[in-house]
Amino acid sequence: MRKRRGRLVRVPVLVVGAMLATVALVACGSAGPGPVVLNFYIPADGAPQYAQAAADCSRASGGRYTIQTTLLPKSADDQRLQLARRLVAGDPALDVMALDVTWPPEFAEAGWIRPFPDDVAAQVRQGTLAGPYDTGTYRGRLYAAPLNTNTELLWYRKDLVPDPPRTWDEMIRMADGLAARGLPHYIEVQGAQYEGLTVWFNTLLSSAGGSIVSENGDVALARGDAARRAVTVIHDLATSPAADPSLSVSKEDDGRLAMEAGQAAFEVNYPFVYASMYTQSEGVGKGSFIDAQGRPTSQDTGRRVGDVFGWTAYPEIEAGKPARVTIGGLDLAVSTSSRHPAEAFVAAQCLRDEPNQLRNAVDAGVPPTLAALYDNPSFQRKYPEWRAIRAALQTASVRPKTPAYQSISTVISDHLNPPAQIAPDTVVGQLTQAVRQAVNSQGLVP
Amino acid sequence: MTTTTSASRWYVPTAAPRRRPRLSEGARSERRLAALLCAPAVIVMLAVTAYPISYAVYLSLERFDLRFPALRGFAGLTNYVAVLTSAYWWHAFVVTLLITVVSVAIELVIGMALALAMHRTLLARGLVRTVVLIPYGIVTVVAAYSWQFAWTPDKGYLAALLPSGTAPLTGQVSAIGLIVLAEVWKTTPFMALLLLAGLALVPEDLLKAAQVDGAGPWQRLTKVILPLMKPAILVALLFRTLDAFRVFDNIYILTGGSNGTGSVSMLGYDNLFRAFNLGIGSAISVLIFVAVALIAFVFIKLFGAAAPGSDPERRR
Repeated sequence: MRKRRGRLVRVPVLVVGAMLATVALVACGSAGPGPVVLNFYIPADGAPQYAQAAADCSRASGGRYTIQTTLLPKSADDQRLQLARRLVAGDPALDVMALDVTWPPEFAEAGWIRPFPDDVAAQVRQGTLAGPYDTGTYRGRLYAAPLNTNTELLWYRKDLVPDPPRTWDEMIRMADGLAARGLPHYIEVQGAQYEGLTVWFNTLLSSAGGSIVSENGDVALARGDAARRAVTVIHDLATSPAADPSLSVSKEDDGRLAMEAGQAAFEVNYPFVYASMYTQSEGVGKGSFIDAQGRPTSQDTGRRVGDVFGWTAYPEIEAGKPARVTIGGLDLAVSTSSRHPAEAFVAAQCLRDEPNQLRNAVDAGVPPTLAALYDNPSFQRKYPEWRAIRAALQTASVRPKTPAYQSISTVISDHLNPPAQIAPDTVVGQLTQAVRQAVNSQGLVP
Repeated sequence: MTTTTSASRWYVPTAAPRRRPRLSEGARSERRLAALLCAPAVIVMLAVTAYPISYAVYLSLERFDLRFPALRGFAGLTNYVAVLTSAYWWHAFVVTLLITVVSVAIELVIGMALALAMHRTLLARGLVRTVVLIPYGIVTVVAAYSWQFAWTPDKGYLAALLPSGTAPLTGQVSAIGLIVLAEVWKTTPFMALLLLAGLALVPEDLLKAAQVDGAGPWQRLTKVILPLMKPAILVALLFRTLDAFRVFDNIYILTGGSNGTGSVSMLGYDNLFRAFNLGIGSAISVLIFVAVALIAFVFIKLFGAAAPGSDPERRR
């Protein structure tokens, strides 16, 4: 009996010993001689370009560091969740990460990312467009350096709409007219219950002169009638024939597909739709065939959607006042748990330098944040809509800079979905109430 | 077995059963061995269930939002008040109850029919049982994705059967219907399997005797088979109800909880992993736990469902 008991005790001891040894080995792994290993967490979209940039920067560092990329999931929510989980646990194997522009305030307030040293911040500011730079700042300090940006344009069918609309009202009227004539008439916009709907609302609200929270973090929805005007546009579109029947579940890609299939006349979307329209694999590029009137057809008419695909500025709320489109994109941040912050800041700067941003723009279709690139002929050649994008970035609006943005976004998209059932007269009051709770992290999010 | 006490005291709590009658030396050492053999399982259970559950209860009493670490502190029952006064919670609760009741009811009927078919099959019995079990063998998320594609307009083969322009996953009623459908498709085999086990308990002689007495097939089902199967049916219902109340994967994939289709588990997930609000999220989790415990209580105490293994005749 005694013997047997002895063996019983020894087995766990061995197991624990083996586990400790493994932990020790793993811990030693990154502290050897040679270049410092920096872990760079990148989203799945555009990963090949970021990996290329990481390899180039490692080579250019002259043996100071090597950057290892780790892939994050495709959906932004999953990316944020994985990063947050690692950061809460103080994962030291997380040095540089690509953050969605809405996250820096949240990550900074939670103490997960380091502010950029003043000299580095000054270098980042140099030559970076003001709107994108603003997304990385929180409480007056730079926490994340803009890697790329994004903004929406209005894409439309030149055959159906010779003169593109300037305002939302005008666009809805035009779509109604096309519907009456039995022609493709949908306006594709992000109406699903997710962040895209909040972005649509934020753009309309800013264009009407309002904002969700003010500079000092107070809820500003109830000021003036901007919010009511914004929800009225959403409601009017959703209840008109211009609305796609799938509006309440429509995201960016659904809009792109409807346009390429020839069912839509208008599409409010990011520039990736341009690349998608013209760079698809052989035989299916440039979208569906269209007949003489512009209806989609399966017959080879020699004319495709891509032949009549145009773009213009984002529709305005008030004629003559340019829309203030919400900025998207990615920022680079350095984690507080990183063991090599000095190298990480240097690497972050390299990863967003001109050649790398140019490659991201040309190969992955994401607009750069360096002003100089918009004058670069090779960028302009690959990016014919560069003028519209730069103009949109100059009047852009930034999403509410509060750590509670995610909750705000969730309650807003909940209140505005399904768009056809919004009651414009009462929803603003409910929104204000719900956003106020979310800002204070009180109450539930749906 | 008569080892020295100094060593065995290390394993067994010294609090000897004083009020109970003195046990013989043999019985005592047998108990000691039993405790010893149970100890690893008990320790593991404590580590993986008791600790997380009590930690969740503790968190639910705190104001703890990962985004605002500075505001962390004891909050008493405010999180529970926030949840129980929130329209989101009650909406999700009603949706969850609806999905639970409807899907379990349908599953019971179809599961019973399948069980009877499997029980009566003479030809290719193994094949029939395997085929019936296939949906249960498919990962829920994979199945949910295939349902989602099938119901997406322009892409899915099932959406193509509907009038063009309808998007069934976008309406509250139709989407809940499709969630129930996916749940039923997925878990009916489980129900059928539990019922099949109960069906095997019905003695063939009794059915023959009933037949001799002139009972038709319907009477045999309702007067003989079902009463004898009652314990098995209740266990099947209990398991499925507990499962269905925690429905998550199908909703997460099919609608993401939009258009008012979220269940309480979705609500808990959103508050924990999207809002990073550990206090509120834990309160929701604890309330789900309480609801599940209530369901189990109702089934066991009111309907007399017996948990497997608690059969009084087999107890020692």
